[in-house]
Amino acid sequence: MKHTLAILVENKPGVLTRVAGLFSRRGFNIESLAVGVTENADTSRITIVVSGDDHILEQVEKQLNKLIDVIRVSDLPVEESVNRELALIKVGVDSTTRAEVMQIVDIFRAKIVDVGIKSLIIEVTGDESKINAIDQLLRQFGIKELVRTGRIAMNRGAKSVQAEKK
Amino acid sequence: MTHTKMSGAKAVIESLYCENVDVIFGYPGGSVLPLYDELYEAKLRHVLVRHEQAAAHAADGYSRATGKVGVCLATSGPGATNLVTGIATAYMDSVPMIAITGQVPRSLIGYDAFQEANITGITLPITKHNYLVQDAKDIPHIFKEAFYIARTGRPGPVLIDIPKDVQNEVMEFEYPEEIKLRGYKPTYTGNEQQIKKAASLILKSEKPIFYVGGGIVFSNAAEELRILAESIMAPVTTTLMGMSAFPTKHPLSIGMLGMHGTRYANYAIQESDLIIAVGVRFDDRVTGKISAFAPNAKIIHIDIDPAEIGKNVRADVPIVGDAKNILKSLLKYVKMEQVKTESWTKKIAEWKKEYPLVYKKDNLLRPQYVVEQISDIVPDAIIVTEVGQNQMWAAQFFNYKNPRTFISSGGLGTMGYGFPAAMGVKIGKPESTVIDISGDGSFQMNSQELATVVQEDIPVIVAILNNGFLGMVRQWQELFFNRRFSSTCLEGSVDFVKLAQAYGALGLRATKKSEVRDVIIEAVKSGCPTVIDFVVEREENVSPMVPAGAAINEILDME
Ligand SMILES: Cc1ncc(C[n+]2csc(CCOP(=O)(O)OP(=O)(O)O)c2C)c(N)n1
Ligand SMILES: [Mg+2]
Repeated sequence: MKHTLAILVENKPGVLTRVAGLFSRRGFNIESLAVGVTENADTSRITIVVSGDDHILEQVEKQLNKLIDVIRVSDLPVEESVNRELALIKVGVDSTTRAEVMQIVDIFRAKIVDVGIKSLIIEVTGDESKINAIDQLLRQFGIKELVRTGRIAMNRGAKSVQAEKK
Repeated sequence: MTHTKMSGAKAVIESLYCENVDVIFGYPGGSVLPLYDELYEAKLRHVLVRHEQAAAHAADGYSRATGKVGVCLATSGPGATNLVTGIATAYMDSVPMIAITGQVPRSLIGYDAFQEANITGITLPITKHNYLVQDAKDIPHIFKEAFYIARTGRPGPVLIDIPKDVQNEVMEFEYPEEIKLRGYKPTYTGNEQQIKKAASLILKSEKPIFYVGGGIVFSNAAEELRILAESIMAPVTTTLMGMSAFPTKHPLSIGMLGMHGTRYANYAIQESDLIIAVGVRFDDRVTGKISAFAPNAKIIHIDIDPAEIGKNVRADVPIVGDAKNILKSLLKYVKMEQVKTESWTKKIAEWKKEYPLVYKKDNLLRPQYVVEQISDIVPDAIIVTEVGQNQMWAAQFFNYKNPRTFISSGGLGTMGYGFPAAMGVKIGKPESTVIDISGDGSFQMNSQELATVVQEDIPVIVAILNNGFLGMVRQWQELFFNRRFSSTCLEGSVDFVKLAQAYGALGLRATKKSEVRDVIIEAVKSGCPTVIDFVVEREENVSPMVPAGAAINEILDME
């Protein structure tokens, strides 16, 4: 079972090491990780996708909360949140395949952000399955390079992850 | 002392004053020279150890004995890494401690400079929190936070790494009144609903048992525990860490549980219908095979650390908070006349009679006898232990009466802990007789501290139960490896009496049962740092014993 955790932390050096170190030390597996500053400059938000049963998830949350620099940990259920990843995909093209690739880009509402003679860079955002799908489709043309961010997520509706409550 | 210009080093000393620190244990070196220069005329005692590991253990012992935060200090690189075992020991046993280390100047950090070690990285998993001070002006608030974090919630060690140039940097000193820690808010009062639920389970129970540990000692809840136990007439078993939390000779005491626990404690756990677990973490040395642990019992788990609840066992009623507060609240709901534990306490009394802790009472000098005699001659001593058989016999055969009188490395099981820890205990409790019940192996891990206790006049007594073996390992080899005593024989160890004398300490020896009392009395009377070499039976085993991984009622008979 996969869980998406939003972890609000102090925006200080070394905090990511503390969080990541805890996962490896306790034998929890990180599937994806993304980090950036929030609406407050002194707070960063780490989004971690972790797999495990309820017992493991409970331990992960409790152990994270023990870290002094962790302000809040929230579990964001997929159904109640918007989940996004971003990928940059460099695809090899020639005159015969270029049009077909551009058509796929269109269907996925992706963007071409760089055009070369023998390649294109495609930028695509979406949930994990969308990115997996375009990845699969583009493989036939020859993917030269692919880079993906970790997942970020946000509660739908009025509910939000705020620093005040822990 | 508000708004005074001073160096970072001076600010460290001023911060220690603000935290009422009266003693620190340390060892100098290049990266802490500015700090040591300030210590030269500081109004606090600095105890010069002979190995930094001992500084950490001494600070830890001081803390466990007094409840105050112990402080140790070391230079960068090897000084800092020598603290690591001591910090890990304190972390595993939740001991509030501050470790201060020097670091290479900021401009050299990351360049593999001389005596550089990334000590904040190294100690990340063994500290409650740690700091690398980047700016001298941060010193006051970091010290304020560090002491607060170390002693509150579930206590633990905090390390502060201070680059040498930060120690020299001039800053304006003002010690903050308040702390802002958005991510750290320990819970002290238990949820009232949960406490009520626990009380109703207790009143329904016919076979309740208290399983208590270090949390009782740290929250100073021994008195509340005793009153509650007497009110509901439930037996009390303790972990090694909780050894002094409940009087050994109390009629409701059933001693230690787990691997070397009493038969009756382990039987009682397995038969009970309700475990009231307070300040414990269901460690594998306690539970044995976890799936077979207390099969009939509901569990009330009281702990200040929410992460301990549900970690190893499911709790039916979890209560997060301070043990003292929660036991007090529980008492309100539990009335004597309602309990129905009479036949249970009777059964336990029968078990106690049937399976007492025993050893062979013949003419040979057996280690258990030594511990019993210490208990008899100095009943109010504070007992510190090393690790191994000596530790288990110290737990089993001394009669503990008051909290903080049994001090031992439980979680990490650090050989070499006891002697330096005893130095810290003695400094914290100068009026008490402090005895390190030691092993010939363990003592040799930090025997260099004989120099410290002599130079600093710290009259502790080291009672070596000298079996010429790494006895506990030898016991496992005897039982599970066909008596193949691979690398556990310590024949050819030093003459401990002469060793003590070489350092200027008193050295005594007993080789016969008839000499035991005399040497103990002589050591206590001497008022000097003393080592007593008790030459005991070499192949004595700790009994009873539950093999690792077995259910705790599958007990081996040793005799
Ligand atoms: C630093 C360290 N190294 C190794 C061990 C493993 N160990 C546990 S008990 C023990 C033997 C201890 O020997 P001794 O101090 O003579 O005590 P005895 O068991 O003989 O009483 C050993 C080696 C340990 N606990 N700590
Ligand atoms: Mg030995």
